Amino acid sequence: MTAILEAKGLSKNFGAVTAAAGISAGIERDTVTGLIGTNGAGKTTFVNMITGHLKPDAGTIVFEGREITAMLPRRITRLGICRSFQIPQLYDSLTVFQNLMVGMSIVLRNARGGMFSRVPSTVPGFGLPAPDAAAALLAQFDLVRFRDRPAGELPEGIRKLLDIAMTMAAKPKVLLLDEPTSGVSAEEKFAIMDMVMEAVRAQGVTVLFVEHDMDIVARYAGRVLAFFDGRIISDGPPDVVLADAEVRKYVIGEAAPDRGKAAAHA
Amino acid sequence: MRDVTIRSLAVALALVLAAGPWLPQWALSLLTISLGKGLVVLGLLLLMRTGLVSFGQGLYYCLGAYAAGVLAQWTGLYDAVAMLVFSAIVSVLVASVLGLLLASYRGIFFAMLSLAFSMILYGLLIKMPAFGSSDGFNVVARTMLGIELAGKGGYAVLALAAVSACAAAMALHRYLGSHLGSLAPAIRDNELRVEYMGASVRGAVHLNYAIAALLAGMGGGVTALSVGHIDPEMAYWTTSGEFVFVAILSGTGSVAAPLAGSILFEWLRSYAYQYSPNTWQMVLGAAMLLIIMFLPAGLWSVLARRNKGA
Repeated sequence: MTAILEAKGLSKNFGAVTAAAGISAGIERDTVTGLIGTNGAGKTTFVNMITGHLKPDAGTIVFEGREITAMLPRRITRLGICRSFQIPQLYDSLTVFQNLMVGMSIVLRNARGGMFSRVPSTVPGFGLPAPDAAAALLAQFDLVRFRDRPAGELPEGIRKLLDIAMTMAAKPKVLLLDEPTSGVSAEEKFAIMDMVMEAVRAQGVTVLFVEHDMDIVARYAGRVLAFFDGRIISDGPPDVVLADAEVRKYVIGEAAPDRGKAAAHA
Repeated sequence: MRDVTIRSLAVALALVLAAGPWLPQWALSLLTISLGKGLVVLGLLLLMRTGLVSFGQGLYYCLGAYAAGVLAQWTGLYDAVAMLVFSAIVSVLVASVLGLLLASYRGIFFAMLSLAFSMILYGLLIKMPAFGSSDGFNVVARTMLGIELAGKGGYAVLALAAVSACAAAMALHRYLGSHLGSLAPAIRDNELRVEYMGASVRGAVHLNYAIAALLAGMGGGVTALSVGHIDPEMAYWTTSGEFVFVAILSGTGSVAAPLAGSILFEWLRSYAYQYSPNTWQMVLGAAMLLIIMFLPAGLWSVLARRNKGA
């Protein structure tokens, strides 16, 4: 299998802080990968470098055989890598429907052959006119009853869902979800992930998601990358990675108290 | 035409054109100038919807007026329509260049930088004897589309102003509903998301800035044709401030609001001036205070609320 996304030797320093120290990883097409690690381990930096928000100090990122290192975020989006945000990034004064319509408008304009060509009448990937495509996303993410509510008034769980639904407007090939269930009540977490995974599987999207909840990781990820101190310390199926001694110690933080003391004395 | 806004504008235009010949001279020129200034405020509406406030629209108002005057004075092209088209072209050209810089500023920095550019134009004009320095010069159109104009134009200039203003408002309404124009409120709410959805915020801001300049330039051209005289005060910051005042007074709820608000403002000012010549600014100030306290979304929100209730 060839990788759809390949990172090679990515490094990034913020002053004296090392956020990425030579990260290399290939992501296979149509897989679901979980990124775990404590705060500051380098997960979000990794996501930010892939989506063009940060320029790596060294290393390259190749997407479908094409180098995308340090491209502008909007160019990377147009190639088919979309992201959601840990803190939902919505258009708060617009309704849920309008939020999705903004996405449709952008996708339609980007689908033109040239600067002065006509905008297509149906949204690529949906085969529907923009309002119908937006309605389809509303239904898929169970947002129909919030259709005409301003995004700024929505509860956090719904904001999360809308944030993810908005990334689907562009029918991404690779979807990066930054902590899709953070700030969501425990009962809602699995419901949100089920809905997202169903939408994603239906369209053959490759998913990378950053997550702190190990139950979510174990249930949805086919592969786990464990980050610590800007490096990947473990890479493999969830049962292997989550059982790894280093991962348990540095990422999950489950080391027995006296073992921790022993390590400190050593 | 099923669109209420487009239909209402068409009806209003027909009314103005029909009533025009019976209006007294003072009302005719008041209405023409209101429409000229309304065009500038229309541009501000677009900027405000994009989340930007410009305290320097006087730059394009003045440029448009001088472009019309210079065309007539120096090339002998005295046609009102040609003068107005030239106003628009010059404004757009200047905005395309200045927009390269301004498109990367937001909030108070955008407001102050736009103000600075308008004051540079003011400073240049008062030092240019060729353009009459601080006195300015007279502008007279002799023909409109080749037809000879009697006197200062009067009704013909009002008709030109009304057609331009209504056409501009309709076009802007269409633009705001288009794929590109609908980005404006999204940019106001969350620029980061717009970029991550695959659109260029800078490009959209630059375009909207140029459209606002085009409208302001046309407004300046209309005012020059109506008043018959132009001077550097048109670029002074108080002129720009007045446009912002009217924009807030009108509200940004509909493209018809700036035109209606501008007409109301000019009427209010001329009455205030007539009945309290020394304290007319206080009347306007009090009006502003009341609007901000009781109608924070502008006068238009009264109409919008009533439609919703019905």
